[in-house]
Amino acid sequence: MRTKRLKVLAVSVLLGLLASACAAPPPAAAPAQPAAPAADQTFTVGMVIVGPMNDKGWNEAHVEGTKYVMEKMPNVKFEYVDKVNPGDRPNVKGSQVADELIAKGAKVVIFNSDDFKDDALETAKKHPNIVVIHASGDYAWKEGKNYKNQPNLGNLMSKMEPGWMIAGCASALGSENGKIGTVGPLINEETRRYASAAYLGARYCWENYKKRDPKELQFKITWIGFWFNIPGVTLDPTKVADDFYNGGFDVVMSAIDTPEVAVQGKKAAEAGKAVKYHHYDYKGGCELAPDICLGVHYYNWGPGYLDIIKRAMEGTYTGTWTWAQADWKDLNNPDTSAFGYIKGKALGAENEKFLDQFIKGLGDGSIDLWKGPLNFQDGSVFLKDGEKATDQQIWYLPQLLEGMEGPSK
Amino acid sequence: MLYRVGAFVISLVLIGLVVVLSGASPITVIGRMLSGAFGTADQIGRVVATLSPLLLCAAGLVYTFNAGLYNLGVEGQITFGAIAATLVLRLLHPEGASASLAPPPLTIALAIVAGGIGGVLWGLLAGALHVYGRISEIFAGLGLNFAATGIAIYLIFGPWKRPGVASLSGTQPFDESLWLGTFGQTEATPVALILGLIALAITIVVMRNTYFGLRLRAVGKNLRASYVLGVPARRQLLSAFFICGLFAGVAGALQVVGVFHRLIPNISSNLGFLGLLVVMLVNFDPRWILPVAFFFSALNIGSLQLPLSLGLESSLSGVIQGLLVLFALIGRGLAQRYGRKLEH
Repeated sequence: MRTKRLKVLAVSVLLGLLASACAAPPPAAAPAQPAAPAADQTFTVGMVIVGPMNDKGWNEAHVEGTKYVMEKMPNVKFEYVDKVNPGDRPNVKGSQVADELIAKGAKVVIFNSDDFKDDALETAKKHPNIVVIHASGDYAWKEGKNYKNQPNLGNLMSKMEPGWMIAGCASALGSENGKIGTVGPLINEETRRYASAAYLGARYCWENYKKRDPKELQFKITWIGFWFNIPGVTLDPTKVADDFYNGGFDVVMSAIDTPEVAVQGKKAAEAGKAVKYHHYDYKGGCELAPDICLGVHYYNWGPGYLDIIKRAMEGTYTGTWTWAQADWKDLNNPDTSAFGYIKGKALGAENEKFLDQFIKGLGDGSIDLWKGPLNFQDGSVFLKDGEKATDQQIWYLPQLLEGMEGPSK
Repeated sequence: MLYRVGAFVISLVLIGLVVVLSGASPITVIGRMLSGAFGTADQIGRVVATLSPLLLCAAGLVYTFNAGLYNLGVEGQITFGAIAATLVLRLLHPEGASASLAPPPLTIALAIVAGGIGGVLWGLLAGALHVYGRISEIFAGLGLNFAATGIAIYLIFGPWKRPGVASLSGTQPFDESLWLGTFGQTEATPVALILGLIALAITIVVMRNTYFGLRLRAVGKNLRASYVLGVPARRQLLSAFFICGLFAGVAGALQVVGVFHRLIPNISSNLGFLGLLVVMLVNFDPRWILPVAFFFSALNIGSLQLPLSLGLESSLSGVIQGLLVLFALIGRGLAQRYGRKLEH
């Protein structure tokens, strides 16, 4: 009896283990090698990546950035560990991965997610001679709320808020019924200001180009709880996207790292629904379902990383907080712009003209949407009439804005 | 013996085959995993930091296994212990406060005690469902695992969320004064290691040299017969759940104060399941737990090298662990079945 039970148990435990091994995505590509570095000159940079490095989203955009650096500086080599999160790698901490990368010779370690802020600080304290870059945080911002005086810790983030305004605008232009859904990750300052920027862009274009009443615009966000799906832990983004498409939302925006919104949009469109989606993070986002893609605002991490790594190699880098700007003269310039925007097929020629006007206005400052009167979601005043938001007010946005649906905290 | 050695050899061959199929050389994989576990002080520290809660869980599981119970709820007992420890830390050092209400060492000690109590509660709940509700302890345990994780997620997302943030990445880290001290700059904490070793030592003594251990084994071998012979079976079963919950809960508290310094959804890090494998592999004999748990901890930490240096999926180490245990069980089963026939 006991042996039989034991076998049943053992087999079920093992099936579970094997299933988890089989269910895991294919192994990440081996680290790319620089063209022809002289062995003694190789400069190693480690990257701790929160999700899968081939996610067609946030994480892949970072990997693209590292490829750019290696193209420009062939003696730089990157070592990556992806899927560093407690769902995919239980018992592995970001700081532990950084220790491993440093043991393998990394002189610079990049953490690519807001969730690594504690790990980045811990690593910087433990290894004062290593340059630690936390992509997206604010610990190195002297004027920020959370400044930590740690000279070898720096932050890099693209100033993507205008990118989100463009995304919101394109979504409003592409929507017929004014029902725009957003599949959001988790709630924090970054995601609140991004969602709010998207709403501001959508409202502006709905009102000024589409000449429709802002009251007809329904802008709803559903947060799944993390940057990507962790089965059993987060909401399932596939289901959230489906709920939007089935619930009459004709445009769904993705604000998460992975491509569920595009994939489910494609299925809904194939089933005859008149729906469109807007992608985020990764340049190739519209290739997932070109016919229904309105556009994609993507990160261009390359130039920012190149600058930091150059300075780290020279030994002149000290921790700074960089909020890298777009190049408004040439938004998609890979060498100068911190983010880019690619219009999708589903936008249409007429809307393209409107969107170009909007982008031009954002670039030359004639359109400034972070300007009062603006209220928070609970009705309290964010900006008085004519008041312009400071960088701190935008970065630390405490609530969503009035008119948006979805939780703020 | 022949069957066991044979099964072990077959498992090694199969592991080698899996490694080759995934596009690597077994020798390289073993080499990299070894150097990944013992190459630097940090790595050895991580192995020890993993070993400590694993020893606690494995020691606890010895009681339930010997009582004939398959305590799959050990994961939930770790998680609930971690929740209880976090609760005490938050009560004694409220968020944003500059100092604890009690001295930090006392706060940490109370958190560990609370972890033990939390684990006991969760263990006894599974035990009560089994003993009084006649529910299989496997299903009771698995159900309670989901419940404990659900509570942790609720707390992290709700009442205990970081200021302004609703993310599953965990609660705000505790003040550094509430972190367990470590060996140098590594992550290994002497307190956790000592607690793990004490739990194991007690378990070895109890199982070999006490009347309690003997009665527990009697209940495990034949519940009905031991009851008829006057062993208080229910009490023995509940005691086993009590002790296992206690050790697992302490392990959960140590994950909070020693490793993650906050509550995260997967605070158990699957160490409870790893403990199940360890105890099954040693045939419920606590004397062999230390080396096997050490080996599994090293495998767990070394497996980070698979993606790092070889571009392989690190869950391969799960396959290696699984195959070892599966074939150890098959070997034991064959030895029990056919070994006896030969004797006849």
